[in-house]
Amino acid sequence: MSSEINTLHIVTSEVTSKSRRKLGQILVWGSGALLVLVALLQTLATNDVINLPWETWRPTLYAYVLWGCALCASQVIIRGEQGKRVLFVLPAALFVISLVVFPLLFGMTIAFSDWNLASLDGRKFNGFDNLIQMWNDAFYWNSLKNMVWYLLAIIVEFVIAFGLAMLLNSEIKARKFFRVAFLLPLMLSPVAVSWMIGKSMLENRFGPVATMLRNLGWENPSFFGTPEMARLIIMLMDAWTYIPFMMIMILAGLQAIPKEFNEAADVDGARGINRFFEITFPLMLPVSITAILIRIIFKLKIADLIINLTAGGPGGATDSVTSFIYREYRDRSNVGYGTMLAMVYLVAIIILMTLLMKLADRWMRPRT
Amino acid sequence: MTQQIFYDSGDDKMFKVRKVSKRTLLYAMLIFWAFICLFPIYWTLSTSFKMALDVMQGNLLPWLGFEPSWLGWRSLGLSPDTIGEQSTVRDEFLKRFTNSTVISVTSSILAVVLGSSAAYGLSRFSYKFGFMNNSDIFFFFLSQLILPPVVLALPFLVLYKSLGLLDSRIGLILLYTLSVLPIVIWVMKDQFSSIPTELEEAALVDGLSIWGAFLTIILPIALPGMVAAFIICLVLTWNEYFFAALLTSTHANTLPVMVASQTGSQGISWWSMAALSFSAILPLLLVGILLEKFIIKGMAAGAVK
Repeated sequence: MSSEINTLHIVTSEVTSKSRRKLGQILVWGSGALLVLVALLQTLATNDVINLPWETWRPTLYAYVLWGCALCASQVIIRGEQGKRVLFVLPAALFVISLVVFPLLFGMTIAFSDWNLASLDGRKFNGFDNLIQMWNDAFYWNSLKNMVWYLLAIIVEFVIAFGLAMLLNSEIKARKFFRVAFLLPLMLSPVAVSWMIGKSMLENRFGPVATMLRNLGWENPSFFGTPEMARLIIMLMDAWTYIPFMMIMILAGLQAIPKEFNEAADVDGARGINRFFEITFPLMLPVSITAILIRIIFKLKIADLIINLTAGGPGGATDSVTSFIYREYRDRSNVGYGTMLAMVYLVAIIILMTLLMKLADRWMRPRT
Repeated sequence: MTQQIFYDSGDDKMFKVRKVSKRTLLYAMLIFWAFICLFPIYWTLSTSFKMALDVMQGNLLPWLGFEPSWLGWRSLGLSPDTIGEQSTVRDEFLKRFTNSTVISVTSSILAVVLGSSAAYGLSRFSYKFGFMNNSDIFFFFLSQLILPPVVLALPFLVLYKSLGLLDSRIGLILLYTLSVLPIVIWVMKDQFSSIPTELEEAALVDGLSIWGAFLTIILPIALPGMVAAFIICLVLTWNEYFFAALLTSTHANTLPVMVASQTGSQGISWWSMAALSFSAILPLLLVGILLEKFIIKGMAAGAVK
């Protein structure tokens, strides 16, 4: 992310005619009016005021899409060259806004209501009841606490990833083979991994890991019996899939270090650990921080493994927030409460990430 | 009697020993980690050819430890003797496979198209949308990465229900596009920023419109980056489980959902689970092996300025 943007400056003398501008405006407002009309009709229909043949809200969706297209087209019609430039960003922006901002606002209203999809009576606004329930929900706090553990595991993952990147960056034969081999775990879907490793290799009767441990003298290996062990296994498996991710970013960083630094270090006689901490690591700090930040973002979404492997057990010891809310919905269809939990989680994440980014910004600035 | 004049001093000999042992250690570590990475994959593949006894005895090597059989692949309807016959499991599997392919490819293409044009715009023009300038818009796109899927899942469940989009491919495609769009924009912005603006300026002087210049001059140059972004999207969308598990039930199920639903019911018939798991990961294994360069390029784009 470079701070200054190299901008393409073009001077255009195109002036759009008045009739063209009018056409564009008619397009936007016309399709907008159509959207409002359809939405209004459907609202009336759901409240049984009028009868419509439509079963779902699809017509409103189509009208919305139409309005979006009209908005994009009108930019070009009204503003000419300038509009064409806006057209680069506008579709993506519209897409994100309509798929994130609206559902989020809608989610807000769900979060403050008592809504169980399984029960017949629909949604009831219940104010802050969900928040109070959350405050007393030991399992939710437990899952948040687990998230802290999972996040702390990133430090170890980072050390391993850094080591592997250094290995790959040294003078070795068959580098391509090792690079591909190290990358492969990242390609695997967590669901498949949860079976491949969690349910077969770690199976305590026939799994190869269990057999190996038994031969090493551990009488009755059990991997998901105790809370600590289960959490550790989840961490290990998640690390296994995502270490390549950090490794590649760090490797790219290592390869971008100019040769002169290493030559200078050679001349000055910096060796081994000294050289690593005085030269390599400081140079790698920005890349490392980026890698860790992205890793944190991915880690905060961890769920697939847990849902499929332990379902949060034993006793909620491996629950992540996402898997907890997933079960809250799957087992109890409790949409209102689940959404409130998710919203609180989102706020917590935003605060955490903002803090981390502020800190990272401070660290990344060159030391004086 | 000839006398050797130059000797390696004791220090130098030690240096050689140290160097050799260092290299041995280096390769030992490399091979150890490669083993850790590859063994689960090998295990899955070999288990899919095992029979019950081999599974229980933990035999590892084909032909030496156990006699390979088509048991696992037969239960999936993909072994040589069943491939010609009707098989409900295979139909089911192929349906999920098609779903996964269609959904991940379409959403990745959509994300690359939307994301590339947005990234190009952001790297070339200065915008002003209300209070937001370029870096704000860029940050707005990137910040979607932070959004955990669980926050969107339940509102989308309710919304899709009223829109009739539950259990439909389009519904998943939209969500997947949304979830990988920030990554595309990040990778592509980096790509476009490294292409000099003189190229378009020349094209514009020659009479191309800005979109013409973008499509005919810039895109071909940025193509490797787009492929990289596309592959990363493909990996993420192919493996996505959470939304698929919540929002689909019978028609639009993807492969991970099928794998997950089988793990519980299959018990100890590992051979069929192994066959299923392996066929679920195989496409991406191939992608990883053949297109590794692009993946690394794409991921490195954000890391190094």
